[in-house]
Amino acid sequence: MQMGEPYLGSRPEPMSFDTESVRSDFPLIVDSNLVYLDNAATTQKPRVVLDALRTYYETYNANVHRAAHNLSDKATEAFERARQILAKRINAERPHEVIWTSGTTEAINLVANCYAQSQLKEGDEVLISEMEHHSNIVPWQIACAQTGASLKAVRVKPDGVLDLDDFAALLGDATRIVAIAHVSNALGTINPIQQIIAQAHAHGAQVLVDGAQAAAHLNIDVQALGCDFYAFSGHKMYGPTGIGILYGKESLLDELPPWQTGGEMIEEVRLAATTYQSLPYKFEAGTPNIAGAIGFGTAIEYVDGLDGDSLIAHEKQLLESATAGLNAIEGVRIVGTAPEKGPVVSFLVDGSHPTDIGTLLDQQGVAVRTGHHCAMPLMEAFDIPGTVRASFSLYNRLSDVDRLIETVEKARSFV
Amino acid sequence: MFDLENIKTTFAFFDDWEDKYRFLIDLGKSVPALPTEFRVTDNLVRGCQSRVWLLGEYDTGHNQLKFQIDSDAHIVRGLIAIVLATFDGHSPNDIVAYDIEYLFDELDLMNHLSATRGNGLRALVKRINDTAYSYVPL
Ligand SMILES: Cc1ncc(COP(=O)(O)O)c(C=O)c1O
Repeated sequence: MQMGEPYLGSRPEPMSFDTESVRSDFPLIVDSNLVYLDNAATTQKPRVVLDALRTYYETYNANVHRAAHNLSDKATEAFERARQILAKRINAERPHEVIWTSGTTEAINLVANCYAQSQLKEGDEVLISEMEHHSNIVPWQIACAQTGASLKAVRVKPDGVLDLDDFAALLGDATRIVAIAHVSNALGTINPIQQIIAQAHAHGAQVLVDGAQAAAHLNIDVQALGCDFYAFSGHKMYGPTGIGILYGKESLLDELPPWQTGGEMIEEVRLAATTYQSLPYKFEAGTPNIAGAIGFGTAIEYVDGLDGDSLIAHEKQLLESATAGLNAIEGVRIVGTAPEKGPVVSFLVDGSHPTDIGTLLDQQGVAVRTGHHCAMPLMEAFDIPGTVRASFSLYNRLSDVDRLIETVEKARSFV
Repeated sequence: MFDLENIKTTFAFFDDWEDKYRFLIDLGKSVPALPTEFRVTDNLVRGCQSRVWLLGEYDTGHNQLKFQIDSDAHIVRGLIAIVLATFDGHSPNDIVAYDIEYLFDELDLMNHLSATRGNGLRALVKRINDTAYSYVPL
C-alpha cells in the first residue's frame, strides 16, 4: 500500500491455514505470553487493521458524503467500499442492505425500535430463546411493553440444544418476529437457523439472527439462510470496537420507519415534513464511524485472505481438544454439549465458584471469562451461578489448550 | 477473630502466587458460615459475580460495629477474612477513616479491588463504609 492512498488493495489470494504466521499478524498475541481465551468477548486486531485506522486518520480523514473536495471523496470511497466488502462477505444481494451500526447491540435495538413503531400491536408475539444475550432480550421486552405485544422464549434443553418442539409449539400466526442467536455466547451452541427461518416464514413471521458469535467462526450467506435481518459486531471478528452491521432485506428495510434522526439520513427537510434518504442512509443518522467501518472492511479482507474451511477446521480442533481435556479432569463439568458448537467451552468445577477458577487461571496467565455472560435467563434455567468460559480464535494454538487444561487442573487442586 | 498483623506478616513471606492463594483460600475456610436464614436478597451486596451477604450490627454501648459476611466463592471468602480483620469490632469513626486500598496494595491484592473484577470486594467495602458512616455522630 502506498502512503497517502486509502487502503483499497486487492483481495489477497487464499492460502492454507498456518497458525504461526497468523499469530505474527497480531501484535498483542505475538508479543505476549498471555494465553488469551476470551475471544467471544472481543478478539485481538491484526496489524493490517491497525494500519488501516492509522492511514485513514493520517492521510484521508474527512467527513463522508458531504464535502466537494478530494479528501472527502477518498474517505467516502473507502467507507462505501468497506460496505461492499461486508455485503460480499455475507452474500447480501445489495450493498445498501448493509447498515452501519455501533455493534450488534445497536443493530438489534434498531430493529426492535422500528418494529415497535410500525409493526407490533397488541396480541402480536415476539419469539426469542432462553439462550439469548441480554442484547437480544431487553430491546424486545421494551418493544413489547410499548406495543402490548408479548414476548415468548423457546426453551433450551439441558445439553444446550434449542428445543425445536417448543419452538414449533410457540410459533404461531401471532408471531411477528423471531429473534435468535446463530451461536450462543454462553454455551457455544450453533442453532439450526436455516430450519428456524423456514418454519418462521411459513407462519408469516420475520427472523432476526444475532450473529455476534457466528460471524468470526462460520461462513455466513444471508441469501442461502433466507434471514430477514442479521446483526454482528466488528470487534468480535478482528475489527475495531464501535462498529457493526445490520443486514436487512431491502424490501423490509424500505418498509421500516427511520430510527434515529438527524443529518445524513435526510433527503429534504421542510418544516411541514421531511423526506428521508434511501437505503442505507435512512438508518445512518449523523456522522458515522468512518474509521471503524474502514477498519472493519480491512478485517474482513484479512479473514477473506485466509482459507475459510481450514480456519473453521482449526477452531474445531481447538474446541475438540479443549472438550476432551476438560472432560478428563475429575470434577469438571462442561455446560453446553450440543453436537454443533462454535469454539466456546463453558464449564464448572465442582466445589468452586466460577470466579475462583477465573482468578486462579488469571494468576497463571490464562485469560478466560467468568460469570453469567449477559445471559442471566439461561443461567437461571440451568440453575447455575455462571460458568467459566474459554473461547478460541484463529490465533490460538493447541499449546494454548494444553495450558488451559494444566491451569484448570492446578486451580482444582486449590479448592 | 482474624488478626490483621498476623495476616500481614504471613503475606510478607510469600514470594509466589500459589502460596498466597492457598493461604487466602484457607483463611476463607475460617470465616463462619452465615446461617441460611440470613442468606437473603436484602443482605446481598450488589455488583458481585459471586454472591456476598453482609450483616452489620451496631453495639451502642461499646461504639462498635460487628459484621457477619459470607460468600459462595472461596477466594472471596479469603478476602472477606481480611476485610473482617480490618473492620470488625471497630468504631464507625475508625472504619470511615481507614483506607483499605493501602492494605490491599501492601498485600499485593489490588487487582481484587479493580472496578472490572466483578468479585464485589469494592462493593462490599463501600457498603461497610456506608453502614459505618450512618453511625458516625454528626
Ligand atoms: C450473542 C451476543 N449477542 C450480542 C452481543 C452484543 O455485542 P456488542 O456488545 O458488540 O454489541 C454479544 C456480545 O457479547 C453476544 O455474544
